[in-house]
This record gives sequence, structure tokens and C-alpha cells, in this order.
Amino acid sequence: MNKRVVITGLGIVAPNGVGLETFTNAIKNGISGIKHDPELARLQFSCHIAGKPEVSTELSLNYFTELELRNFNSSGILYGVIAGIDAWKDADLSMEINDEPDWESGTIFGTGTSGIDKFRESIYKIDDFQTRRLGSTAVAQTMNSGVSAYLGGKLGLGNQVTTNSSACTTGTESILMAFERIKSGQAKRILAGSTSDSGPYIWGGFDAMKVCTFKNNEIPEQGSRPMSATASGFVPGSGAGAMVMEDLETALTRGAKIYAEVLGGNLNSGGQRGLGTMTAPNPVAVQKCIKDALKNAGIHPKEIDAINGHLTATSKDSLEIQNWSEALDRRGVNFPYINSLKSMVGHCLTGAGSVESVASVLQLHHGFIFPNTNCEDLHPEITALIDVSRIPQKLIEKELTIIAKASFGFGDVNGCVIFKKYNPNPSPSHPSNSELE
Amino acid sequence: MDKKETIEKLKNIVKPYIKNQEAFENITEKTDFIADLQINSANLVDVILDIEEEFDIIIDNQSMERMLDIKSAMEIIEIKLSEK
Repeated sequence: MNKRVVITGLGIVAPNGVGLETFTNAIKNGISGIKHDPELARLQFSCHIAGKPEVSTELSLNYFTELELRNFNSSGILYGVIAGIDAWKDADLSMEINDEPDWESGTIFGTGTSGIDKFRESIYKIDDFQTRRLGSTAVAQTMNSGVSAYLGGKLGLGNQVTTNSSACTTGTESILMAFERIKSGQAKRILAGSTSDSGPYIWGGFDAMKVCTFKNNEIPEQGSRPMSATASGFVPGSGAGAMVMEDLETALTRGAKIYAEVLGGNLNSGGQRGLGTMTAPNPVAVQKCIKDALKNAGIHPKEIDAINGHLTATSKDSLEIQNWSEALDRRGVNFPYINSLKSMVGHCLTGAGSVESVASVLQLHHGFIFPNTNCEDLHPEITALIDVSRIPQKLIEKELTIIAKASFGFGDVNGCVIFKKYNPNPSPSHPSNSELE
Repeated sequence: MDKKETIEKLKNIVKPYIKNQEAFENITEKTDFIADLQINSANLVDVILDIEEEFDIIIDNQSMERMLDIKSAMEIIEIKLSEK
């Protein structure tokens, strides 16, 4: 018997807000987290602006011991642990330390790199014949699964504890992996999320590829321009998002607050065939991913109220809109609302899928659509496909039922997840309900 | 450097790593880093690096291996200091 899967806790560490309240306020009001980055300028990057969450040592000490913070230099683990623990607490779950692991709870917390600054530090020491001085945490901070390992220990998780990695699709993938595990009854609860390191050593490769904008160095807050005619590349970002996903029965039994239901979704790859390459998506695969996600969730394309796009502010934005339009067979004024969080936070890379999914779930929960900023000059290829009214540039307060969220990543990988406002009494025709019978 | 001073310095070094406050307060030459102070075994290398820094000495692998309590730590520190 398949379980229904709901979201009962959220945590967020984003460039424009750390903590749910600050972040919700920021996205409702179009507040940018993009700033001039002196370090990128000093290192002669083309792009001198970035989105970085602000985390003080004082805040870190609420999540890590002083000992853990000694020689700690992993921004990705820092963000991930804060978001993860916040989500856990938001779900009203206990932080009590028991001898027995919590066998029913696990974490799938993705990332692309771990502790890249720590890694750099270690490499310098090794090359200086100082390997013996690396200390005891160089491995834990630089292993990719560092973030899930830290979280697993802090929460005493006894179910699957792992880190997934699929470039910019990572965060969306972790939600869908958690969904499958809970749906099939292998876990009652999974802390799903993803994170990304900050700084020049993670962003340098993108800068070298010229996929980051270098035209907006003087106007950081207007620098990230998804769907705009003057979009000229993405703004590098970082951060983490996390959600506690739980089987419905368990959530109801403990009287948990339910933010939304995960109806289903799809993960696929374009195989770097057709128009797909290491860095460009195969549109056939993107459309198939969206269509298969709807099928998996048991919903009709016309039921989608809003889309939270991948929309990075590169020349591929028009192609993404075209893919959505064709996959859903909806265009003009019949296209769902669509927005991109990247206009405010930049591209949080492996953290993006989670940060943006948290924003999507907040929209469902509170009933609003956050505004797209920096697209007052919409790209004509986009307005040729969908009506301007579908791309809100002001906050819309509105009850929503279904949001589709997609992420696409290097390696030609795609993920699409379908979130639904939780309805305790779904109509009998609803597929996820009939599955319960 | 007298013994008392060395113990005091060691006490400050191990402080962030200990999990048994009582054993820490009653530290003697016989105190064992893992059994008594309940220092995580992985952290022993950090303790040793901190000792190296504090006393400006280098502790070789063989010495490191037997540096499991205050007494052996004091002996090794003394030897290394005398070799300087």
C-alpha cells in the first residue's frame, strides 16, 4: 500500500533570508540577496556579484558546539545543518538525545561539493609536507556526504542517511528520493534538502565558462535577470533548503502541522543526445520529465496553478518556457503563473532545488505568488509564448492548489516535483486518495 | 618547566575536547585521555597538534601512539623539549 507523503517542517538559509520568517518576508517583497563580492573582484573574476547567506558565529553556535567550529571551514555543511535542524524543529520533532537511533527517520541531503575551502586548506598543507597537521575533521568536512553525516549525528537518525548529487537538479532530486522512500513504507520520515558551498572556489569554473553575468557588476540587486531581454548569465549563489517529509498517517497521529502534500514527480536525463549536451538540456527530455511528473502525480496539466521554474537568467530561459508550454499544452493567458526565485537569490547551484522548493511550499501554505524582479523588459521570445500577466512582477495574494517545481542540471539531468496544498478530505476521484483504498 | 605548570597547560589544551567534567577537574598524572576524560579518539590527533603548538615541539608518530594519558604526555613533552 502506497503512503501519502506530506511536508511538516521547513528550514531555509538563503542569500536573502536565513530563517522562515525573514525569507518569507523577503520573497513576498522582492528583496534581493545579491551583493557586490569584493573577493571575486580581487581575484579578477568576470562576475563581481553573488548571493551568499549571512550566518554569524553567534547563530552558528546554536547549531554547532565550539569544538565543532574549531578549524571548521565548510560553508555548505554550515548552511545545510542550520536549514536541516530548523526544519526538524519547525516540524516540532524532538532534539532530545537518546541512546537508541531513530530508526524510522533518515536524511537525503544533497550537495555538489563539500567544504571546498577546507579542501583548499588541506591541499596547501599536503603540498607543504604538513599532512600530519590536517586535524581530525578534514575528512568529515570534505566528504560529499559530510552534510548528511553531521545532520545524522545531531538528530540521531537511524534510517537511510545519504547525500545525493545531480548538479543543479540535486535539491529537487532529494525531495523525490525521499518521496519514494516514504511512499514505499521504508521510512516514516526523511529530512530532504540540499546545500551548496559559497565562494570563489565553487564559482570559478562557472565564471570561466562565461555563464555568469559580467554586465551587472555595478548593479548587484538588478544583476540577476531571469526572463528578461537583458538577461546575460546567472549570478552565482549559495545556500540550503530543507523539508521534513513524512508519511501522512504518522504526521496526523502526532498532530503535526502540514504545509503541503507531495503528489509525485519525475527524474530523468536527456542522455546528452539530440540537443542535449553536458551543459545544455535536451528539450525532449525536459518535456518528458514534466509530462511524466504529472502522470506520476495523477494530475491534469490544467490543474497547475503556478510553476516555479529553473529559469537561471541565461539565453536558455526562453527554451524553458517553450518546454513548459509544450509539455502542458498551455499558452498565452492559459499558461499557469510562473516565477523564478533566482531573480532575488541568484543561482544557488546544488542548493537551488531545495531553496526554491521551500519558496514554492511557502506560496502554497500562505497563499501567495512571489513577484519576479528584474524582468520589466521581458524577453520577446517569452511573451510570444505566454501572456505577460502570467509572469507576476508584483506580489499576488491568492489561494493556490498545485505548484510544479522543476530543476535542470549539468549532465543533462532533469527533475520535476508536484506540490499540492494539503486537503484533509480530497475528493474520492483523486488518484492519491484512491491509492489508499 | 615544573610538572605543575605542564599539567596546567595540558589542562587548558584538553579542555575543549573533554566530555567528563569531574575527571577534568580532578586531573592527575594518571588521568587517561579516553577512559577518564572521554575525549573522542578521533580528537586525540587534535590534542596532540595543540600540544605541539603550545610547546613548540614536534611529536613523532611513535611517541604519538603512546601518548594516551597525562603522564605519557608529560614525559614526551619533557623529552622533546630537552632535544630542542
